[in-house]
Amino acid sequence: MKPEQEIAEEFQLTPDAQKLELLLEYSESLPEPPARYGENPHLMERVEECQAPVFIAVEGTAEKVDIFFSAPEEAPTTRGFAAILNRALHGRPAKEILELSDDFPSELGLEKLISPLRVRGMRGMLFRIKRKTKELVSE
Amino acid sequence: MTKEAKISEYAHPEVLVTTEWLAENLGKVVVVESNEDILLYDTCHIPSAIKLDWHTDLNDKIRRDYLNGEGFAKLMSAKGISREDTIVIYGDKSNWWAAYAFWVFKLFGHENVCLLDGGRLKWVAEGRELSKEVPARPTTNYPVVERHDSKIRAFRDDIAKHTPAPLIDIRSPQEYTGERLHMPDYPNEGAARGGHIPSAKNVPWGKLVQEDSTFKPKSELEQLLFVETGFSPNDPFITYCRIGERSSLTWFALKYLLGVKDVRNYDGSWTEWGNLVGVPIAVGEEPGVFA
Repeated sequence: MKPEQEIAEEFQLTPDAQKLELLLEYSESLPEPPARYGENPHLMERVEECQAPVFIAVEGTAEKVDIFFSAPEEAPTTRGFAAILNRALHGRPAKEILELSDDFPSELGLEKLISPLRVRGMRGMLFRIKRKTKELVSE
Repeated sequence: MTKEAKISEYAHPEVLVTTEWLAENLGKVVVVESNEDILLYDTCHIPSAIKLDWHTDLNDKIRRDYLNGEGFAKLMSAKGISREDTIVIYGDKSNWWAAYAFWVFKLFGHENVCLLDGGRLKWVAEGRELSKEVPARPTTNYPVVERHDSKIRAFRDDIAKHTPAPLIDIRSPQEYTGERLHMPDYPNEGAARGGHIPSAKNVPWGKLVQEDSTFKPKSELEQLLFVETGFSPNDPFITYCRIGERSSLTWFALKYLLGVKDVRNYDGSWTEWGNLVGVPIAVGEEPGVFA
């Protein structure tokens, strides 16, 4: 099973009452970006769709794309979204990243629990990851 | 100026409490946390605080509207809030969502509601006690109270009747001018058109607060909202933003800190106006004329 399918299934099998807890666990697991980004946050791109400041960086090759996120501790939902995308996509070939369904954020079943507006922030992140992956492989 | 002196200068000082005051009076009030981030409360919160989420608790599940009287009574009862309770609301983002929740409590005429000056940021920055414990409050019998929109809530059809009276657009300058929807290859903010409601003056919400998230003193707020806009405190005001959350902070400042009698928040805001067919829109830095 692909990582994104595993994550979607994990959320779908979790009862609604515990889904937020699961998202919180994800947010606590978000890896810090490499130090070079911490020192130069302008090298990362801000995701405007998220009201909390979240930055992404996409680098590597067509065979292995690395994706890094930076989001503050006081934005755990945003960190949770970032951690999900990180687990689903980090280190995978560009082709697989571009193939991920744009509807993946909806497949987690979070819209009813946290509102479609908030889930849109995750769509924004995915959208930018895909755009930056396209840029990376066309360079 | 001490914090207490600053607050005492406001038109209605009773609606704002300091972190010191709250720390000493936790047992006497119902503390409510209302955030942009739905998980933030779960990471930790002010001891005894309960969570109230704007999206999932205060909105009607189907209509784009707030709960009705029955829904609000049910919510309050389940949260263990009584009609007589004094509520202190605080939240992230300089209290945007806290001010929004405050506004909704006022739609239902809940009398004793305050904001915590500085919100969550200040409480945390001062190293005050935090807890992960979710308090178990006994349920109450909150009465069914009809929601009264007319005094503090504006609808789209009110805008044309209102102008040329003061309209305040509290979004960022880029959203106000319309530039923000024209960025290539970026999804927009959920509106078909960019710009602002003609005649609206742009006073970005962030100008009202200081670095520690507390409100600026009265004289500075008057400078921003009256002197620099040319609007009179005796005029009726309408505030708006994208969905009405940031503008409820400015609504709060105008009504309770500066004492403007007639202020309404247009919660349809730009996600409604920017999608309406046939309404006038102004682009660029000039307010324009509503016609």
